[in-house]
Amino acid sequence: MDLVRNTGTRALQGLRSMGLMAVFLGKAFLYSVMPPLKVFLLMKQIRFIGTQSLLIILLTGLFAGMVMGLQGFRILSRVGSEAFLGPMVALPLIKELGPVFAGLMVTGRAGSSIAAEIGIMRISNQIDALELMGLNPFRYLVVPNLLAGIIALPLLTAIFDVIGIFGGYLVGVHLLGLEGGIYFGEMASHINPEDILEGIYKSLCFGVIIAWVCCYKGYYTERWGHGAEGVSKATTRAVVFSSVYILIWDYFMTSVLF
Amino acid sequence: MISIENLYKSFDGNEVIRGVSLNIERGEIMALIGKSGIGKSVILKHIAGLLRPDRGRISVMGKDVSSLGTRDLMQLRRHLGLLFQGGALFDSMTVYDNVAFPLREKTRMKEEEITRRVMNELGQVGLSEARDKYPSQLSGGMTKRAALARELIWRPEIMLFDEPTTGLDPIISNAILKLIKSVHERLNFTGVIVTHEINQVFGIIDRAAMLHDGIIIALGKPEEILSSQDPVVKQFIRGETEGPISFY
Repeated sequence: MDLVRNTGTRALQGLRSMGLMAVFLGKAFLYSVMPPLKVFLLMKQIRFIGTQSLLIILLTGLFAGMVMGLQGFRILSRVGSEAFLGPMVALPLIKELGPVFAGLMVTGRAGSSIAAEIGIMRISNQIDALELMGLNPFRYLVVPNLLAGIIALPLLTAIFDVIGIFGGYLVGVHLLGLEGGIYFGEMASHINPEDILEGIYKSLCFGVIIAWVCCYKGYYTERWGHGAEGVSKATTRAVVFSSVYILIWDYFMTSVLF
Repeated sequence: MISIENLYKSFDGNEVIRGVSLNIERGEIMALIGKSGIGKSVILKHIAGLLRPDRGRISVMGKDVSSLGTRDLMQLRRHLGLLFQGGALFDSMTVYDNVAFPLREKTRMKEEEITRRVMNELGQVGLSEARDKYPSQLSGGMTKRAALARELIWRPEIMLFDEPTTGLDPIISNAILKLIKSVHERLNFTGVIVTHEINQVFGIIDRAAMLHDGIIIALGKPEEILSSQDPVVKQFIRGETEGPISFY
């Protein structure tokens, strides 16, 4: 009997959480299109989510491209098709790895920080203080992060793609002796604008997911525990859930939309 | 100014407030006393509209707080100030920016005018020298004074104080209370002070209400509370460990 009751309680809690998350996202979008927009805060968050993530994006993009160049060359050598190394590196990068890796890196670097910052503001009554000033906390804490995620993620993904393709070029051409013209020539003839759009659409969605989940977990930090423990759990959940949602949504978009 | 009628509130099945009724007149300072964890701050949060009652009605400036929509509640809150126990200063901003924040966000005031008002307010609370410090660099008393300056710069008609002297030494505590008194004389706001440090606060209030077991058990002027023969009130005033109030 207890098992049934506990299962029912958990199911109801899960449903309530999903509803709360959906309402949270709806409010975030609503306040994003309703003026006034806090432009300074938006710029600050674009710098935080975008500019300050550049180094990690460059590093991971370069090495992801390099390892794909190395593995791709070995695999293609077995069937004598080394000439297709360019598309073999570029296509997965543009369609999948770029958006997903950039999303996961930004989640780890910026998402955790967003959740922790908002969580600390919640437990120290700073969000209540905003409300008591007659101000809407969403405009100050959620909207700038949501818009910054939407703006920064596609740009970071594009940078990841470019540096990844360059990494593949370094390994394939300079290390393994493939012709540079072949590497880029085959790439141009096998990649369509739709492939690039697919990556951009995905990165836009991942930008929304990161801002949404991380802001939500921080905003309702008291649901996961009290004080510092609550913030710690909220931050962990923000990173874990964002990463999982990114991978699930990636599969959904790939299978249904493209 | 503030009217609470038959307020009930539970948290996770635990009924904290069980039928509180209280009227606070315009311009008076009311202390809400009672032992720690009894639900005094819960009442304060209901007045501020941060919590919704399970039952009952809270009227602030003639408006039923519990039935107000978001927009109306935000409008009403523009007349309210709340000094949180920990100050609730924005920790990524300096003291100056914290105090200037409400003016920058809610008015079209020019920066020179904002500077004049912020420095005036900081001068009133003795923090002119600390304008460029961050909240993490302030002592407990300075944090409370900075938070008070931030709340008062908007000239609220109602000021709520959540444990304004908790954790401060007696000298700083008295300084904070004197500051509240002098600001009250200047602005004539309606004040509610939640505290369990009765002896210090009785010098600046008009009336006090004692909360026990979720209800108001005593209400009156400070001298009436001090001379109360109610065993619960007597024990609390004298700080005795033996009596009807358990300290668990």
